[in-house]
Amino acid sequence: MKKYLSFFRLRFVMNLQYRVAALAGVVCQFFWGGMAILAFYAFYQTDPASFPMDFQATASYIWLQQGLLAMLSLIGGTDGQVFEAIQSGNVVYELCRPVSLYAMWFSNNVASRIARALLRFIPVVIVSSCLPAPFGLMAPPDAGTFFLFLLSLALALLVTAAFSLVVYNVTFFTISDRGVRLISTSLSDFLMGGIVPLPFFPEGFRQFAELLPFSCMENVPLRVYSGDLSGAPMVRAILLQVMWLFLLVLIGKALEHKALKRVVVQGG
Amino acid sequence: MLKLYGKYFSIHLKSTMQYKASFFITLIGNFLTSFSVFLGMAFMFQRFHRVKDFEFSEVVLCYGIMLLGFQIGQMFASGFKVFDRMIANGEFDRILTRPRNEIFQVLASRVDFVRLGGLLQGLVMFVYGIAQAGVEWTPLRILTVIFMLIGGSVVFSAIFLLDGAFAFFTLEGLEFMNVFSYGASEHGKYPLSIYGKEMLTFCTFVVPYALFQYYPLLFLLGRSDRLLYVFLPLISCWFVIPCWLVWRLGVRRYKSTGS
Repeated sequence: MKKYLSFFRLRFVMNLQYRVAALAGVVCQFFWGGMAILAFYAFYQTDPASFPMDFQATASYIWLQQGLLAMLSLIGGTDGQVFEAIQSGNVVYELCRPVSLYAMWFSNNVASRIARALLRFIPVVIVSSCLPAPFGLMAPPDAGTFFLFLLSLALALLVTAAFSLVVYNVTFFTISDRGVRLISTSLSDFLMGGIVPLPFFPEGFRQFAELLPFSCMENVPLRVYSGDLSGAPMVRAILLQVMWLFLLVLIGKALEHKALKRVVVQGG
Repeated sequence: MLKLYGKYFSIHLKSTMQYKASFFITLIGNFLTSFSVFLGMAFMFQRFHRVKDFEFSEVVLCYGIMLLGFQIGQMFASGFKVFDRMIANGEFDRILTRPRNEIFQVLASRVDFVRLGGLLQGLVMFVYGIAQAGVEWTPLRILTVIFMLIGGSVVFSAIFLLDGAFAFFTLEGLEFMNVFSYGASEHGKYPLSIYGKEMLTFCTFVVPYALFQYYPLLFLLGRSDRLLYVFLPLISCWFVIPCWLVWRLGVRRYKSTGS
């Protein structure tokens, strides 16, 4: 356990170094968030009665999404290095280490997510809470909600990391990783509520999407925060998060086991 | 020059076709990326039926034209997107020694065929929009559509040129430039007027997205009779000039990185 904690610490410190890049990213995220909120506002003005969420909750959803982008998007950050190691075969160097590949990748993945999000989260939160009423980030309704937000956020982080490890291991079986990354990113981005929050999905399809692992990612914490998701549905969502976390880790490990059986080290 | 470009083009095509399976998977991925944006839009319209003055089919037509312009730019001007690498690995030094224009060579250095996936998505929406939006066709309206596509591809290519030109000064691509390419193409799915007056003014006079999107769309849908709107997409091509000037400035003060 101790060695994985130090992997975690190393990767965390390393990712805190990219401060200018983070600042440039924050500028993007303000623009992106602002445009998305304006688009939702245009729909809201057209027909407020059909709007499935409180408008202020939607705005908060989008600001938190932008602030936590580096933590909760499926692929990004330092993942490129892992894909490259798998494609080039350099992964064999990792296999020489007396550690579990899965646990090492997992702790690296979680560490870079947290570090990169920390750099971006704070400026986005500060500025967006200063914006005028329906457009800014609202405060959570009470302390209990905020605690549940943190709990579901931690679970969402772990589920997302476990899923990206499944994607890592799938690329052992393909020649190029670009296609797998594009497909998994666009699929997850849509089904986790990255483009349109899940309450905006049509009935039927929404119920289906809520069972998938993607709904256990950013969908849960971002809606718990504003009180949009509360009571029994919230408890169900958090339990589903735990279940998918468990399953995804199992699937990831099984895939890795299968992939590593095929790895032939040629030497040289 | 055109013949030489044709030669480059066929080489790129051949090398892409060496890895067919991986090419088609990536193509599907590229298609899905813009398809998911479309699906989100469709979900919104299933619930709201319209946004401001625009109906679903009209917005689909608008996004179709925007996406076609963007993907054409992405496919043919993608050399500028990886231009920071060309500076870093010294490839640009080799380009400068050859007796051809450097912009031409960067353009010819990469054709990103994967964008055909997004192009297909754009085409499907374009055809659906044309069929459903009830456009009454006149020669002038056909001309408007052609001009919109030209304006879109030129403006997006100019943005990639500017992105590449910045690499002369920063040696690395700038992430915020993505806002003007990816950001604009995604948020440009709706007619720009829905984002409010300020945004429309910005997109008219600073970065001229509205000149090839919003105004000609009004003419196309019969909401306006102003003849000027037909030709605005061609006027939007002025944006190439400042981008080209920044590029020239960059080339003039370029010092090799030495690698």
